[in-house]
Amino acid sequence: MLQAIAFYTIAAFILGFAVLVVTTKDTVHSVLFLVLDFLFVAALYVMLNAQFLAVIQILVYAGGIVVLYLFVVMLVNLKRPPEAHSDPHRMTKFGFGLAAAVLIELGAILVSGYMKAPAVAATATEASMPVSGNTEQVGWLLYTSYLIPFEIASMLLLVAMIGAIVLAKREL
Amino acid sequence: MIDQFLIPLIKILIVLNATLVGVSYMTLLERKVIAWVQSRLGPMRVGPQGVLQPIADAVKLMLKEDITPTKADRWVFTAAPVISMVPALIVYAVIPFGPTVHLFGRDVSLYITDVNVGLLYIVSVASVGVYGIILAGYASNSKFPLLASLRASAQLISYEIAVTMTLVSVILVAGSLSMVSIVNAQYNSRVWFGFVQPVAFVIFFIGSLAETNRAPFDLPEAEQELTGGFHTEYSGMRFALFFLAEYANMIVVSSVATTLFFGGWLRPFPNVSALHFLGVVPSWMWFLIKSFVFLYIFIWVRATLPRYRYDQLMRLGWKVLIPLAIANLVVTGIVKVMLF
Repeated sequence: MLQAIAFYTIAAFILGFAVLVVTTKDTVHSVLFLVLDFLFVAALYVMLNAQFLAVIQILVYAGGIVVLYLFVVMLVNLKRPPEAHSDPHRMTKFGFGLAAAVLIELGAILVSGYMKAPAVAATATEASMPVSGNTEQVGWLLYTSYLIPFEIASMLLLVAMIGAIVLAKREL
Repeated sequence: MIDQFLIPLIKILIVLNATLVGVSYMTLLERKVIAWVQSRLGPMRVGPQGVLQPIADAVKLMLKEDITPTKADRWVFTAAPVISMVPALIVYAVIPFGPTVHLFGRDVSLYITDVNVGLLYIVSVASVGVYGIILAGYASNSKFPLLASLRASAQLISYEIAVTMTLVSVILVAGSLSMVSIVNAQYNSRVWFGFVQPVAFVIFFIGSLAETNRAPFDLPEAEQELTGGFHTEYSGMRFALFFLAEYANMIVVSSVATTLFFGGWLRPFPNVSALHFLGVVPSWMWFLIKSFVFLYIFIWVRATLPRYRYDQLMRLGWKVLIPLAIANLVVTGIVKVMLF
């Protein structure tokens, strides 16, 4: 009961701030709402007993990436309000179509989730792990079951980093 | 019921109040020490030897008019001091002041909580604290604070990388992220990690000077160039919040340095039984003494070294500290895998 109350409160805050992010006129305010949104997502992770993920969420998103967003937003002078700017290439219908597709997809996931018996697989893997503790378990999973996706993700990040250097330093 | 709610609540109250008192007396200590370095007396008028000066300062700051500039971004301007103060205070939740002791007939741990991801929690909360400075500069809608806050954010982001890298190498040695386990690991390995990881300690110390905006890296509040820094437009209690946050952060990094590199609450040579008489001093006292030494060095550095130039600061951060920290991490990993 208490868990449900906490979950729905946090979820309401997440959705509310998400709406504010896209509706606020001032860009800096919208970035700030994004930070609040990330903090509440971290709270959700704590509720799921995934403290490591929660802390990483704050460290990487709220503390790292959004600071850079803010940096860019403050440096780029956005004097023109968004309504005055009309884009001739704007594809409103296409956007609505995509949104509808995502909505249907989410609905399908929800429905199929209700059909299945939940959380049997999760407890099974946890019992078979030789390490205890949140961080250790994440590390164990990353280097056993999810080794290849993990390595691919790090390759992608490396490529992005080299790409950024190449773009910034053309005459290198 | 008592164990779950009442005792943590009492601990939180004690830690918060002790921190705030400590912070206000840090300002007095700083003024006194710098005065002695410069052959002056420092504050002498309020109370004997000026010991009541922090109280007088607090009263003055609270009574001052609280001004919001007309062109300021009102909400953000109000929120910025709070955003920088709150992270500085909630970090104390995971700092271990001592082990579990027997007090009034029950076992009480001298830390508020011991989470599995303690060190990461400190790093992530500290990274949120950056917003206070950036937003203060932005919301003031004035050019010097904005310049200062851009400097500050660039500086904090750069030095955060090096500091976090050194923390990772300490985690490798200790084998845990929990602050209490790190201290216990130092007890079990019979050596303070400051001696195992001297390079990491030096980088951590330089980085923490930069992260707390202390001299010689106090560019965000360089009075001579920025007419004050990111808090130029603030007055009264809101200014005081920035001030307190800076000192609270200093205490945090001193405590973290003590815990990670100098054995936390452990007395010197905890495994040598010939030195058992040192146990007369309680464990939390050792912690406070060690942290105080760091705070003193912070002030000492400020009184001694001139300010860095901005490009020198960036060069030191990116071209010296970060490569050195990464090299230290790699060597630590290799040694750990080969020898243990």
